Amino acid sequence: MQQAAKLMQGNQAIAEGALYAGAGFFAGYPITPSSEIAEECSRRLPLAGGTYMQMEDEIASIGAVIGASLGGTKAFTATSGPGFSLMQENLGLAVMAEVPCVIVNVQRSGPSTGLATKPAQSDVMQIRWGRHGDQSIIALSPASVQECFELMVQAFNFAEKYRVPVILAADEIVAHMRENFLLPEAGEIPLVERKKPLGDPAGYKPFQPDEDGIAPLAAYGSPYVFHVTSSMHGPDGFSNNSPANAAWRVEQLHRKLERYQAEIALTKEFDTSDLDVLLISFGATTRAARAAARLARQEGIKAGVLQLVTLWPFPEREVRALAGRVQRIIVPEMNYSGQVAGEVRRVLGSGADIRQVNKYNGEIITPREILRAIKGDVDK
Amino acid sequence: MTHATGLKYLKQDSLPLMWCSGCGNGIVLGALLRAFEELDCRPEETVVVTGIGCWGKADDYIMTNALHTTHGRALAFATGIKAVNPKLQVVVLMGDGDGVTIGGNHFVHAARRNIDLTAILVNNYNYGMTGGQFSATTPSGSFTGTTYYGNPERELDVCALASAAGANFVARETVYHGHRLQDYIKLALNKRGFSLVEAISPCSTHYGANNKMKVPVEFMRRLKEKGVPQAKYRRLSEAEQEGLFETGIMTDRDAPDFNTRYAEIRTLARGL
Ligand SMILES: Cc1ncc(C[n+]2csc(CCOP(=O)(O)OP(=O)(O)O)c2C)c(N)n1
Ligand code: SF4
Ligand SMILES: [Mg+2]
Repeated sequence: MQQAAKLMQGNQAIAEGALYAGAGFFAGYPITPSSEIAEECSRRLPLAGGTYMQMEDEIASIGAVIGASLGGTKAFTATSGPGFSLMQENLGLAVMAEVPCVIVNVQRSGPSTGLATKPAQSDVMQIRWGRHGDQSIIALSPASVQECFELMVQAFNFAEKYRVPVILAADEIVAHMRENFLLPEAGEIPLVERKKPLGDPAGYKPFQPDEDGIAPLAAYGSPYVFHVTSSMHGPDGFSNNSPANAAWRVEQLHRKLERYQAEIALTKEFDTSDLDVLLISFGATTRAARAAARLARQEGIKAGVLQLVTLWPFPEREVRALAGRVQRIIVPEMNYSGQVAGEVRRVLGSGADIRQVNKYNGEIITPREILRAIKGDVDK
Repeated sequence: MTHATGLKYLKQDSLPLMWCSGCGNGIVLGALLRAFEELDCRPEETVVVTGIGCWGKADDYIMTNALHTTHGRALAFATGIKAVNPKLQVVVLMGDGDGVTIGGNHFVHAARRNIDLTAILVNNYNYGMTGGQFSATTPSGSFTGTTYYGNPERELDVCALASAAGANFVARETVYHGHRLQDYIKLALNKRGFSLVEAISPCSTHYGANNKMKVPVEFMRRLKEKGVPQAKYRRLSEAEQEGLFETGIMTDRDAPDFNTRYAEIRTLARGL
C-alpha cells in the first residue's frame, strides 16, 4: 500500500531515491541548483548509519565516491555544470575500473558560470563524450518529481547490475519543482545488488567477465584481495600493455552496454497511437511537449510525445520505430545546438523532416512555442 | 627473531622493478613491505592507494588490495575507502608532484580532516615520470627540465604543511637512513588519524643528472650529509642550517580522527 501523496521537491526526491536504493555514502561540493541534495544527505545519511562528506572540490568528491563503492557501499554525488566538468577525469576512472556509482548532474545554464540559477539541457553531449578516451556511459533524465525518485533508484540498479557509473541528468526545473509525490513501500521497487565473487579467493580476477559479460566485484576488506587501476589492465587487475589486451578491454567496456541496450533504453510514449507529428523530448521539456501535443490535438493535428527517459545509450530503436509513422519530428530542448536533435538526425538520416525548438536564455520552453513548430505547415 | 624481509607482500612475478638503477623508490618499497610484515598487516585488510608517477607505480609490486588512481587524487579515493570501512589499513603512496603539487588541495584537507590514512610521500624534488620537470618541492635555484636557468620559485616544506593542516603524525627521513625510515613507517601505520612520512629520495636519472649528482652514489652521499636529525638541526644557527634539512618526527599527537568524530555525529543524529 502506498503512503499518502505529499508535496516534495525534485532534489529531495533524488536524495530519497538514493536512500531507498540503499546508498550509504555521499560526497559532494555544494553548487546551485543541486545543493538541496547534499543538505538532505547530511541530515539523513547519519541517521541511516551512512556517511555524508563535504569534500574540498568535485574532483575529490567523485574520487571519494569511487573509493567508497570499492569499499562495498553504494555511493553517489550530486553537482551541476562547473562541478560536473571537474569530475570528468575521475569519472573516466569509474568507467575504466568498472566501479558502480551514481552522479547527479542538475543541469544549469552555461557556458562557464553562466546563469547559475537557471535551467538548461545543454550537457547532453558532455555527459556522453566529456572524458578523454573512447567509452560509453548510461544517463537517465527525469521529467517529474516522482521520476527524480524512480530514476535515482533505477540509476543505482543499473550501476550495480552492469558495474558502471550512471549519470542522472536532471535539470534545474525538475530539481526545484515541488509536486505530489508517492513514496513506494520498502520492497515495492526491486533493488539490484552488485554480483560478488564466489569460490576460491586466490583465483579471483576482478576484470574477468562471466558469461553475462559482467565481472563480479569484491569489496576491500573481504577475503577477496584485489587490484584496481586506472591504467590499462588485464583480467587480474594489474597493468597490461599488450595490444591484444587493450583491444579486448575497450571492446568489453563498450559491449557490455551494447548487449543490454534493450533493457537500458527506457522511453515513455504519450498520445502516439495515431500520429502525424512526433515530439521527441527529455527532462522538464517533456512537460511542455505533452501540453503542446494536447493543444495540437484540440486543433485537429495528431501530435504525440516520445520521452527519452534514457539519454545514453541513445534509444535508437525506439526513435526509429515511431519515426517511420510520422511526417515530421520536432525536438524541443533547452540548448542552442540541438544536442538531442543531432542525435535523432544521426539515427534517422538526412531524409527525415526533423525540426528543432531551442531555447538557451535560461527560460523554460513553453507549450505554445512547441505548438507553433507543430503547426508549421502540417496538413490537418 | 629473524628479520622481516617483506617478501610475502611483494608481487614477485612483476619483477624486475620498473625503476632506474640508483632510484630510491625500491628502498621505500622495501621499508614499507617490511613494516607490513613486522606489524603483521593482513593483505585483505590493507589497501594501498597510489597516485600517478614513478613512485605511484609501486602498487604493481604489492600483494595487498590496491587502487591506482589519477594524478594528485589518491588521498580523495582513500578518504572514501576509509570512511566506509574504518577497519581497513589504508596506505597512500604519492610523489612530490602528485601529493603536494597537483594534489596539494587534497593533501591539506586530508590532514585537516585527520582521516586515518598513512601517506608515504616520496620527495625526489621533481617529476620523475615525465622526465624531470620542477615540482612544488624543487629547491629554489636548482635545475630541472623546465627550470633551465634555475628554479625561480620557492620550495614547499611538506612536513610543515601537514603539521599545520592538522596531521596527527609527521616524520621525514632520507632513503639513506632506510632503517629509521622503516621505523617511522611503522609508527605512522600504527597511528590513528592522518599520518605522513616524507621520504627524501634520489631521482638520479633526472634531478641528479640536472644538478651534478648523476652518479647515484653522489646523490646518496648528499642525502647522508644534508639530512640532519632534528635535535642536532635545531641546535644549529640559521646560517649553519642553510642547505641542510631536518629529519625525524615533526609532529606526534592524538587528536580525534574523522571516523571517530563521524561516529559521534551518527549517535547525535539518532538521539535528536
Ligand atoms: C592530470 C595529469 N596531468 C599530468 C600528468 C602527467 N604526469 C604523470 S606523472 C607526473 C609527475 C609525477 O611526479 P611525482 O608525483 O613527483 O612522481 P615521481 O615520478 O617523481 O615519482 C605528471 C606530471 C598526468 N598523468 N595527469
Ligand atoms: S626517473 Fe627518477 S624517479 Fe623515476 S624511476 Fe628513474 S630515478 Fe626513479
Ligand atoms: Mg617526484
